[in-house]
Amino acid sequence: MNRVFKATVVENKKLINNHYLLTLHPAVKIKKPRPGNFFMVAVETGLDPLLKRPFSIHRWIDGNFQLLYRVTGKGTKILSEKKPGNILDILGPLGKGFPFPGKDRQVILVAGGIGIAPMYAMAESIKDKNPLLFYGTKTKKDVLLVDDFRSMGVDLRISTDDGSYGVKGNIVNVLKKYIARDSLKAPYVMYACGPAIMLMKLSGLASEYKMKGYIAMEQNMACGIGTCLGCVVKTRKGHKRVCKEGPVFPIEEIIW
Amino acid sequence: MANKPNLKVNIGKLTLKNPVMSASGTFGYGDEYAEFVDLSTLGAIVVKGLSLKPKQGNPPPRIAETPSGMLNAIGLQNIGIDNFIKKKMPFLRTCKTKVIVNFFGDSIDEYVKAAEKLSSVDGIDALEMNISCPNKQEGWIVFGTDPKVTHKVVSAVRSAAKLPLIVKLSPNVTDISYMAQVAEDAGADALSLINTLTGMAIDVQSRKPKLANITGGLSGPAIKPVALRMVWECFRKVHIPIIGMGGIITSDDAIEFILAGASAVAVGTANFIYPGVTSDIVRGIRTYMSSEGITSITDLTGAIKCRTNRL
Ligand SMILES: Cc1cc2nc3c(=O)[nH]c(=O)nc-3n(C[C@H](O)[C@H](O)[C@H](O)COP(=O)(O)OP(=O)(O)OC[C@H]3O[C@@H](n4cnc5c(N)ncnc54)[C@H](O)[C@@H]3O)c2cc1C
Ligand SMILES: Cc1cc2nc3c(=O)[nH]c(=O)nc-3n(C[C@H](O)[C@H](O)[C@H](O)COP(=O)(O)O)c2cc1C
Ligand code: FES
Repeated sequence: MNRVFKATVVENKKLINNHYLLTLHPAVKIKKPRPGNFFMVAVETGLDPLLKRPFSIHRWIDGNFQLLYRVTGKGTKILSEKKPGNILDILGPLGKGFPFPGKDRQVILVAGGIGIAPMYAMAESIKDKNPLLFYGTKTKKDVLLVDDFRSMGVDLRISTDDGSYGVKGNIVNVLKKYIARDSLKAPYVMYACGPAIMLMKLSGLASEYKMKGYIAMEQNMACGIGTCLGCVVKTRKGHKRVCKEGPVFPIEEIIW
Repeated sequence: MANKPNLKVNIGKLTLKNPVMSASGTFGYGDEYAEFVDLSTLGAIVVKGLSLKPKQGNPPPRIAETPSGMLNAIGLQNIGIDNFIKKKMPFLRTCKTKVIVNFFGDSIDEYVKAAEKLSSVDGIDALEMNISCPNKQEGWIVFGTDPKVTHKVVSAVRSAAKLPLIVKLSPNVTDISYMAQVAEDAGADALSLINTLTGMAIDVQSRKPKLANITGGLSGPAIKPVALRMVWECFRKVHIPIIGMGGIITSDDAIEFILAGASAVAVGTANFIYPGVTSDIVRGIRTYMSSEGITSITDLTGAIKCRTNRL
């Protein structure tokens, strides 16, 4: 199936300040993305911005799909101004998604900030396992999708840096306390996405507690298909491309 | 009825069915693009730069976007010539297009050994010698910037290589047309230009360079006017064919390079934006020729009409 396609904006809804939910209708039938896969989106048909922007699959709804994004710079600003009916050039789905957990494994999801975007897709794909979600943001107004997760049967633990919602502090510490209390009975597997600092702390925790887990990495990208070698991260097996061998990597593989 | 336009071009002893090729480092080893482009429609595939031994390249972040362009500091990461021959050549042999292998060494000896090794591989049609990567150490940069060293390394490779030899020039010199003459004199069959222009970008919040390598090579539409000028300058100084590149996105961009003196063109950064662009450019050139009544693409090389014949 063609991974180069056009999609029409169905809706581009502002959820909270700087966070938007974009619903797209592909002009052709596309391959169903797996949680952790991403799309490269051209926000402009002109030459500036030049490169496509990578966004994770947030949700797949009967052939339409949603991206959840935060405005951080030029490209995402332009994207936030798109109106229903606008047409975007897209490449994808790309990359390797989250591997499914083993049959009797309990699932822990960890999200920091906009890292919640792919976690929704992941939670949905394994909702019968009633995953636990540890979700950290800066402040209360950045907390997204709480009701959606709850109605899916996800057990939510929230922290904010300023304590305005949930526990005060960073989410890795919340997870650490949870694990230290030995609250996890069954063998579990962790899936995480968030800022580099969070993933780095998480990998420390993972090695301390011998946790099995996978993290979605970010890196600046140009091609999205493995040819430019621009998006590599350091791993124990040498440089690996986030767009091709990733974005999801076993947590112990990344060198920080 | 007008004849079908003839897009065939010769690069030394190498004949291409049309003048459009991929630029090294932007097309992998061809396989990743097979999904997006009918590779047999291309004049040639130029593969990512190879060295005798595999290389890890530079630490990340390696790319940063700039207005209408991008900086890269990949650092010539590659799988090495042996792996390339074993894992990538079988596919490339089936592509029904010419295969040009871009390569480099860290010493004259390594350049020579690489050229020797590649010359005996079935299915490789020409060699493109990279002496112009801006992301290498100072000691390496001289291959493409010090005319004496350039002459020495090109001559050495020339004697070792049994295939048409293309030398890829650096734009990071005072007078590229002089370097072009040096390469020609040392035995190059053709020239590729330009490689990326050394540049940098800084994040003002963190005050850190956007690339781990601090500097990188600028490519994309932002460099096209510079590249075009350089092709035009070299065209007037050398007698060997020029492969023009730098910011080509459309067939009109490609035709500009041909008018400035290029016999063929290579498309780089544009592949990242439109994966099918190379094939579109071939089609666009054919349409232009039909509508302009041009029978052979070779008639367009250097056909820029200048009022004065400035020297
Ligand atoms: C695999 C993957 C999945 C992603 N999924 C999401 C998502 O679901 N939601 C979301 O909000 N963001 C996501 N991001 C981050 C998103 O791609 C960047 O925020 C976005 O590219 C910023 O573009 P900009 O023009 O607004 O920012 P600018 O800072 O102006 O961008 C300049 C350049 O840097 C690149 N860049 C900047 N920040 C990042 C970053 N964090 N990661 C990669 N490239 C970056 C841009 O692509 C662009 O080329 C993802 C990144 C990756 C690699
Ligand atoms: C990501 C990237 C990697 C590159 N790698 C190589 C390389 O390995 N060898 C080489 O000779 N040129 C390399 N180049 C230079 C291109 O082949 C080309 O000369 C340059 O990018 C200008 O063309 P463009 O503006 O169309 O990209 C690379 C360019 C980019 C953007
Ligand atoms: S973005 Fe080009 S290799 Fe990953």
